[in-house]
Amino acid sequence: MEPGKDAIVVEDLTRVFEDVTAVDRISFRVGQGELFGLLGPNGAGKTTTINMLSTLLRPSSGRAWVGGYDIVKHRDEVRKSIGVVFQETALDGKLTGRENLQFHAMMYGLPREERKHRIDEVLALVDLGEKSGILVEKYSGGMKRRLEIARGLIQDPKVLFLDEPTLGLDAQTRRHIWDYVEKLNRERRVTIILTTHYMEEADFLCSRVAIMDKGRFVALDAPARLKDVLGGDVVSLGVKGEEDCLDGTFRSLSWVKKFVRRGRDVNLTLENGERRIAEIVTLAQQCGATVESVRLREPSLEDVFLHFTGHTIREQEASSADRLRLMMPHRGGRRP
Amino acid sequence: MILNGTAIYVLWLREMKRYLRARSRILGSLLQPLFFMVFLGLGFRRMQVPGLGEGVDYIQFLVPGILGMTLLFSSSMQGLSVIWDREFGFLKEIMVAPVSRTSIVLGRIAGGTTTTMIQGLLMLAVTLLLGFRIKSPLLFLWALAFMILIAFTFIGIGLMFASRMKDSQGFGIIVNFILFPLFFLSGALYPLDNLPRAVRILSLLDPLTYGVDGLRGTLIGVSARPVILDFLVMAASAVLMVALGTLLFRSSESV
Repeated sequence: MEPGKDAIVVEDLTRVFEDVTAVDRISFRVGQGELFGLLGPNGAGKTTTINMLSTLLRPSSGRAWVGGYDIVKHRDEVRKSIGVVFQETALDGKLTGRENLQFHAMMYGLPREERKHRIDEVLALVDLGEKSGILVEKYSGGMKRRLEIARGLIQDPKVLFLDEPTLGLDAQTRRHIWDYVEKLNRERRVTIILTTHYMEEADFLCSRVAIMDKGRFVALDAPARLKDVLGGDVVSLGVKGEEDCLDGTFRSLSWVKKFVRRGRDVNLTLENGERRIAEIVTLAQQCGATVESVRLREPSLEDVFLHFTGHTIREQEASSADRLRLMMPHRGGRRP
Repeated sequence: MILNGTAIYVLWLREMKRYLRARSRILGSLLQPLFFMVFLGLGFRRMQVPGLGEGVDYIQFLVPGILGMTLLFSSSMQGLSVIWDREFGFLKEIMVAPVSRTSIVLGRIAGGTTTTMIQGLLMLAVTLLLGFRIKSPLLFLWALAFMILIAFTFIGIGLMFASRMKDSQGFGIIVNFILFPLFFLSGALYPLDNLPRAVRILSLLDPLTYGVDGLRGTLIGVSARPVILDFLVMAASAVLMVALGTLLFRSSESV
C-alpha cells in the first residue's frame, strides 16, 4: 500500500524489547492538518510509537510513512519533515533559551538570515522573547515545555509530535499549552500527533483519538463518537431499600440503555439524562426506596477506556508499574 | 554519507560554550594531575630511578607522563558527555535532527579534541611556571601532533563505551577499571623497563605507552623508542579507535 496524501500511514507497526511487546501491530492513518491523539496509561506503548515514527527507534516489524516517507528507508527525509517534543525534557540547561533554538536551527540547516527571524517568531508565539537570554536550567517546567514546543516549530515541520506535552504541569500552564497547540493546528495547519494519559486533554484537543492499552489500539474515533458508544449520559443514584423493585422497574424501561446496581449504587445509562432525572427519582420513590443522592455524568473518555478495556487508566498504570518493578528491580520507573 | 559542516560546527560550538561555562570543572580536572606531579616529583626527587635516560631528572621525566594523564582523562570525558546527554534527554534532540550520524560523531570529536587540547596546554603552561623547560620549539610542534592523536584515540574509546552504556554510574566503573590501568601501564610515572616482563608486554598493548613516549621524545628529547615509531603507532590507534567509536555510535539506539 502507498502512503498517498495522508500525513501519517502506519501498518502493523510492532516493537519488541527483549521479551516485552511494547507496540503490537497497530495500524492507522492521520490526514493532513489533523490533530490526532494517542490516549492510554503509562506503559501502553505511546512513547515507543512516537519514537518509531520519529526515527529514533527501529520497528521490529510493520511499516510506516511520515509525510510520505518510509520511516526506515528514508530516515533523513522523515527527520526533515517533522518536529518532536519529547516526553522528557530534551534541552541543554547550560545554554540559554535562544542558544538552544540556535543550535536547533543550525542542525536543521536554516540559512543564517532566516534563523534570527524564525527564532524571534517562535519565541513570540510562546511568549518567551524576554526570557530567551537566561540559561535554561533556570526555567520553570512550563517555560521549558513552551520553549520545546517553540523549538519543534522552527523548521516549519509538516508533522509535529507532542509526547505528553503537559505532563507534570499545573492546571493553568496546561491550559496555556492547550491554547498554543490548538492555535498551531488551526492557524498553521500543522498535523499534530499528541500522546496523553489525560482524558480531558484528548477530549479538548483531538479531532480523533486512538485508545491504546498494552501496545494495541482498543478503539479509534472522534471523542464524541467514542462517547456515543456508551449510549449516552449516566445517572447515578444512591438508594436505600427495595432493591428488587428497583431492579425490576428500571430494567423494564425502554429508554434505559444500561442498568447496573452494586449494592446501594445504581447507574443508569440513557440519552438526555438531565430530562429524565425527575422521572427516575419519582419511579424510585414509587418503589418505596429512599433516594439519598443523585448525580448526572456525561460520559468521559475515562468511561470509554473502561468500556473497552475493562479497567480504568489508573488501575492499568498501577499494574504496569508493578510489572516494571518486577522486570527491572534496579532501575526504578524508567521505561526502556 | 553526507557531511554537514554547519551541524559539525554547531555541535563543536555547543561543546565550547559548555566548557567555558564550567570553569570549576576546568580547574578541578587540572588539580588531580597537578597533585600527582607535585607530590610524586617532590617525593622521588632525590631517589635514583633507573632508566630515566642520560641527564634526565625525575621531574622532567614525569611532566610528559602527567600531560599524557591529563589528555587521557580529559578526552575520555567526551564519552561521559554523550552519556550525560542521554541522561538529560538532549541526545534525542541531536539524534532526531536531519544530520548524518557521521557528522554528529565528527562534531563531538571536534569539540572533545579542542577541550582536551586546551586542558593539555593549560597543564603544560602550569609545568612551565613550575620550572619545566621544553627542549626545542620545532619538536614542540610534534608534541602537539602527539597530543591530538592521544585525544582522538581516547575520544574514540569513550564513544565506544558511551554507545553501549545507558548511565553515568557505569562510566565511573570504566574510569577505575580501564582508564587507571591504561595510565599506570603507559609508563607515565616510571620507566617501563622497571616492570616485570609480563606486565611490560601488557603495556606494549596500551596506546598511551606510545603517546607518553612520543611526548617525552618531543618535549625532553629522550624516549625509549624511536619517536617516529611512537608516531606511527599513535596514528594507527587514533584512526582505529575513531573508526570503531563512529561505527558503534552510529549503530546505537538513541532512546
